[in-house]
This record gives sequence, structure tokens and C-alpha cells, in this order.
Amino acid sequence: MSDPVYTSKTNCLLNIRDLYIEGYQEEEWRQIVKGVSLHVNRGEVLGLIGESGAGKSTIGIATMGYTRAGCRIKSGSILFEGNELFGADDETLRKMRGPRISYVAQSAAASFNPAQKLTHQFVETAVQEGVMSFAEAEGRAKELFRRLDLPDPDKIGERYPHQVSGGQLQRCMVAMAMACNPDLIVFDEPTTALDVTTQIEVLGAIKEVIEAYGTAAIYISHDLAVVAQIADRIMVLRHGFEVETGETRQMIENPKEDYTRELLSVRKSRGETVDHESEEIVLEVKNVKAAYGNKVIVLDGVSTKIVRGETVSIVGESGSGKSTLARVITGLLPPIDGEVRFHGNSIQPMLKKRPKELLRRMQMIYQMPDTALNPKHKVKKILGRPLNFYFGMSGKERDLRILELLEMIELEPEYAERLPDELSGGEKQRVCIARALAAEPELIICDEVTSALDQLVAKGILKLLQKLQNELKVSYMFITHDLDTVKAISDHIVVMYQGKVVEQGQKTVILDPPYEPYTDLLLSSVPEMDPDWLNRVIEHRQKLADKGVNIRT
Amino acid sequence: MLFIISVMIFIGVEALPGDLAESILGQAATPESIDAFRRALQLDLPPHIRYLYWIGGILQGELGTSLANNRPIADLLGARIGNTFFLATTAAVVSIPISIALGMLAALYRESFFDKFISISTLSMISFPEFFVAYILMVLLAVEFQIFPSLATVSEGMTFLERLYAIALPALTLTLIVIAHMMRMTRAAIINVLASPYIEMAHLKGIKKARIIVYHATPNSLSPIINVVVLNLAYLVVGVVLVEVVFVYPGLGQLLVDSVSKRDLPVVQASCLIFSAVYILLNLLADVLSILANPKLRHPK
Repeated sequence: MSDPVYTSKTNCLLNIRDLYIEGYQEEEWRQIVKGVSLHVNRGEVLGLIGESGAGKSTIGIATMGYTRAGCRIKSGSILFEGNELFGADDETLRKMRGPRISYVAQSAAASFNPAQKLTHQFVETAVQEGVMSFAEAEGRAKELFRRLDLPDPDKIGERYPHQVSGGQLQRCMVAMAMACNPDLIVFDEPTTALDVTTQIEVLGAIKEVIEAYGTAAIYISHDLAVVAQIADRIMVLRHGFEVETGETRQMIENPKEDYTRELLSVRKSRGETVDHESEEIVLEVKNVKAAYGNKVIVLDGVSTKIVRGETVSIVGESGSGKSTLARVITGLLPPIDGEVRFHGNSIQPMLKKRPKELLRRMQMIYQMPDTALNPKHKVKKILGRPLNFYFGMSGKERDLRILELLEMIELEPEYAERLPDELSGGEKQRVCIARALAAEPELIICDEVTSALDQLVAKGILKLLQKLQNELKVSYMFITHDLDTVKAISDHIVVMYQGKVVEQGQKTVILDPPYEPYTDLLLSSVPEMDPDWLNRVIEHRQKLADKGVNIRT
Repeated sequence: MLFIISVMIFIGVEALPGDLAESILGQAATPESIDAFRRALQLDLPPHIRYLYWIGGILQGELGTSLANNRPIADLLGARIGNTFFLATTAAVVSIPISIALGMLAALYRESFFDKFISISTLSMISFPEFFVAYILMVLLAVEFQIFPSLATVSEGMTFLERLYAIALPALTLTLIVIAHMMRMTRAAIINVLASPYIEMAHLKGIKKARIIVYHATPNSLSPIINVVVLNLAYLVVGVVLVEVVFVYPGLGQLLVDSVSKRDLPVVQASCLIFSAVYILLNLLADVLSILANPKLRHPK
């Protein structure tokens, strides 16, 4: 275990002791962070890892003496270079933020002011605090933009945030955090919202730049494999407590606690799927072309099919057209060319014109279970609606069926009386699954159903979907950008890029070498539980680039 | 839009009780003279024909002639419109900067004594009827202290400053009435934006509070602010009727009131149409401005 006593005093940049933070919820103060102690030495990167609700973000911003609305620091001590930040006056704290400690948020798109140019936001703190003149700060911006491999570093600052892509914007935010050359940067899940291929670029850029400037950092993530690439030490948090802390390599190779082992196993073990021999084609998409506003072509000649009882995964980065394909199949976006066939029959492109029976046979589960469930309806009512709508069930018959459905999704009968607010994220997604199952569909379209969930919870949901498929012979169309999910659940894989199918086929064919170049890029971008992975991949890509191979097709 | 309104104005004016011929000819009217008067003014034609004559004239830029004194309506309105716009502009120039500044200050010192004080005082201003505010100001500033004239008489040949001095009280009344609305909307729009992640980011960048309000929050809350400002501008032009009457100011509002009492229907119709046109144009302007206020639309990818 690490204790600041063992490290030299002068080297210790941040030292947090027995930190308690409370949040005001349901008319009482509840503890979010329960007595956490940590320290960060100069030039050191500490990884904070845990599932949602572990308190890692709260600790992250508390290092800047800041708490979100409705939260407060109850007790403890936050020493930054020996100065106590807990209880310090607003002006002292404000002057500290920016020049000494800076912050990189999860979503750069939301955290940049949409109304101001990037350079203006970059120089703001430096100019206000008199660290640099505007011209000096602008020069520094260009230098950092270049260092972070942003395209056109001299001009990019003249753009507004919405004119820059997500991955680039995230790098701009890293640059902004470095503006005044701070001693400590808090990275709060800076790559979580990005595609795997973009994540690797941002991660590489962050690692490069903090090593170059010798900046200390706290790197917060729910993904142990990501943290392992960048952190010197890792602290695992759960429910506001520290689980364990240790050197990165020792943590990955030899974790002490069961919980850490569980987190580590998330990426490793995934169940094998059963072979299906059915050849009954449920859904067929033929040469579908779709566009938004008749201008921007988002799907270009996409064909695929789904066999009964099988899972087809549609994989690709954002903008690849995978969600649009789901919109075409469900009738939300009629295609401009091509057709969708269900059991061999061409179906109405418009949702409104489709018969009820067809609607019943195709169901959908969404990414955000929070918004997909009416918060004012009890589970009983949520599940009762499709039963009544499709089968005209009521009274006792319906109640019995609801209990059956709850049993299928492994929830106790008393959940029927609960409201969505009284369920956890995973339980809500289970209810969404049950609602889709209530219609007794043949095909369920799952749109990123696990990406809003913690890894361990997501694993449970995937297991459940697998079990239900074996029992009910339902087909899944699984839309995801997460290749681990794909490996775990699919029989068939469709890889999409810029509206086209790059390749498709049996899982074993796609995921075993030799790879198609774009599939290879996707696969090699998934972080591995190995602290050397990032360096290896970047080196490999550099070699390829030197040879003049362009990975992006 | 304006066409539908013209129909509604016409129907509304038609529905006014009383008869122009009877009220102009007065007690001495004989049935014969009333008949002749009506024929001369085409009042005997059915309403839809008269509507077509009227709207046809307006489309050709011809507002018609006043029934009461036979002068062309365009001449009658000309100077009046200028006066009304002068009053409205003066009130706007004073009230818009004050209310936006107050709104920003209130957002900055949210929940403080200052915030509550301006909230309460502007709210009480808005809750009094405008003529009441006008009379109170008159009693205080014209009778008690005699700083400003109680009657806002303007005439040809007055200098700009003399005019400003003359309309000080009506302008002040209008200002007090519109400030509350604009200031509260500005405050609400800014506070709404303060919950955004980029505001938290600005705090974590160590930006000063006042700068966060001015530089980060306000540009992103422009759309609702523009809307409420323009809506109040429209009110300043259209809603001045009572204030003009109280201060006997020769504007469009007073002309409207006079014409109604004289049953001078063409003038009433023309004034109403102008009010509606201003109202619609300003609302259109608000829509255009709020689109322009969105950086995503101003600077496409």
C-alpha cells in the first residue's frame, strides 16, 4: 500500500487525507466519498478506477477544491503543495484553477463554449491571470495543437467547437488544460465518449504530452485497460471506498482484491456461443441506400441478412451508418433505394403503414434505459402495455404473463410494483428487454444496449440475452461500437465504415487472421490489459505509416 | 398573416356600435340627409364589397381619406407615426441596456439581497396598471418637484433636446413598465445556461464569476433574450395608447382613441393595420435574430 510517509516530502504534490464528500439526495445528506486518502507525486500519473457511483469524478474535481451543485466536502484535508484547499476562500481556489491544477472533462463537445472560438477559450485563463499576453498564449496554443497532432495547428484555433470533430476537440481540451503548464491535470474519463479508433489517438496524445512536460495527472476511467496504459499507480474505488492501490503492473498481474480481479476478468473471459443450424432467414436487407434530407448519403448499397435464432452484430465507428440501418429496418427512415424483406416478403418502408402484426414481430431495445422507460409508470404497467396492445390481454391473464416475463429477466415478482426510479441501470435495461419480449418478437434490434452500463452489469445483460436466445430462438441485431461485446455475443458480424459494408461473415472468419485492413484497425484499437499495449500499437502504426500504408480505407 | 389580420380589423371595426352618419350629422339629421351622406361615402354597399375597396386601396398605397375632416389619412398618420416611434425608441434606448445589465447582475448575485431587491421592485412596477404609474410619476416629478412637464406636447420646430425633455415622463413610464419583463427573462435565460458543462469548465479553468456571466453565459442565452426584447419593443410601439392619452402626446395611439370616439372608421382601420404590421415585422425580426445568435448556424462546418 502506498503512503505519503514513504515518499519524500518535497516530491509530494497533492496529498488527500480522509476525504468525506456528501451529496444532498432525497432530503438528506448522503456520503458519496467515504474517507479516501491518496497522494500524487510530481510528474506522476495516478489512475482512479471504478464503476459509476464509485465517487471517482467527485474526488477528481475535489482536488481543485470544487464540488458540483448539491455536494459538499464534509471533512478531510486536501493539501496541494502543502497548502490546504479544503475551506480555502473562493479567490485563492479560483487562482489555483487553471495555472496550477487544470481539468479535462469527459465530453469536450459539451465542455467547450459553443459561442467562442477555440483560441479565445484556450488563452482565457492565461491572459486573465497575467501569466502570458494574448499573443504569447496564442503561440503556445499553436505549439500545443501541433504537439497533439491536430490538423492545421496554426488555423484550427480560429474555429468554433462544432466545426471540429469529437476526437480533435478532446485533444484541444487537453491542450487547453496544458495552457499555463500546470503542475497537475485531472483527466475525467477523457476518452470514454470516443470511438475505439479515436480513443487510441487521444490516449497516445495525452501520454506523449504529459510525459514531455513532466506534468502530474489524475486519470479517471471506468476502463482498467485504458488506465493501465497511462498510469504509474492505480487506485480502485467502489461505493466511495478505496478497494486497493498499487503500481500499475503489479495491479494488472497480481491484484489483491476479488473486486479488482472481477474488473480484470471483464475483458478476458466471454462465453462461447452455440452453433445454430437453422437456415430460416428472418430479415433481409437488400442494397439499401438511405440519406438524410435527400442530400447526405449515410447508407450506400447495404445488404445483409439475419437467420432465426442468430445474432448479427453491426460494428463501426460513429458515423458509419449502423444506427441509420436500424432506422431503415424499423421504418423510421424510409430508404431512397433498395428494400427490406421480412420472412421473404418485401415490407412497407414507412413505419406508419406497417400492420400491427409486423410491428409485434420486430422489437427494439435502446441505449439509454433511463429515457426509454416512462418514469411515472410502474414496471407492471410498462410490461402490461404491449401485452394488451398486441394480444388484448387483461386482468389475471396479463398479471400472470408479467410474472413470467419478470422471471425470464431474473427479477423478483415484487419488481412489478416498482417505478423505474427505484431500479438500477442494469435492472432498467432488463425491464426494457422484458418489454420487447412481451410482444413475442422474432427479431430484436439492440442499439448499443450495454454501452451506458458499467462493465460488470453489461456482462450480466449479455448473459441474459444469450440465455433468452437459447430458450426462445429469437434473433438479435446488435448495433455496437464495442468490439468486446461483439466477440461475446455474435454469430455473424457486419463491419461498416462510412455507410458501406466493409466485410461481413461468420464471427470466426472475421475475428481470426488474416484481417481485412479496417477490421484490423478496429480490433487493434481495443485496449488490452497490458501496460505496454499502447506503446506497441502506436509503434506498429508508425512503422506502417512510414512504409506508406494508409490504414484508413 | 397580415391579410388575415386586415380581415379581422375590418370585422372588428364593423362591429363597433353606432353610425358614422348619425354621429357626424348630429341632432339635425333628417333621414334624407343621412341617406345622401351614406351614399357619398359608399356606406350603403355590403361589407364585403367595402372590404375589397379598402384593401385594394391599401395595396396601391392609398390609405383613404378621413371621414371626419376629409383629409388624406396618410398625411394624418405621417407625423403621428414619427412621434410614436420617437417615444418608443427613446424608451427602448434607455430600457434595453438597463434591463439586460440588471438581468446579468441578478444572475451573477443570484439569491442575494441585491437580486431579491431588483426582482421585487421591478415586479411591483409591472403589477401596477400603466396609467397609474403614469399619474404617480406626474404627481411626483411634474407637480410635486416640477422637474418635467406633465403634458408631452411636441410641435414642429422643436430641437431634439427639447423634444426629449418633453417626452421624459411618458418615456420613463414606458421604461419602468418594460424593464421588469426583460430583466427577469435575461436573468432566467442566463441562469438556465449556468447549469451547462461549459460553465463548470469555466469555473474549473479559474475564470472570474463576472466574466463567466458576460463571456460564457450571455452569448449562449441570446436567443430567449432577443425574443423578449423584441416582444417588448413591439409593446413599446403598440401598447402606448394609454400612455399617450394620459400625457396628451400626439402619437398614433391618441389618434386611434380620438378616431374611435369620432367614429372615423378609415382612420381606425389604418392605425390598427399599422400597429399589426409593426408587431408582425418585429416578431419576424426576433426569429431572424435568434437564428443569427446561434453560432452553429452562423458558422457552418
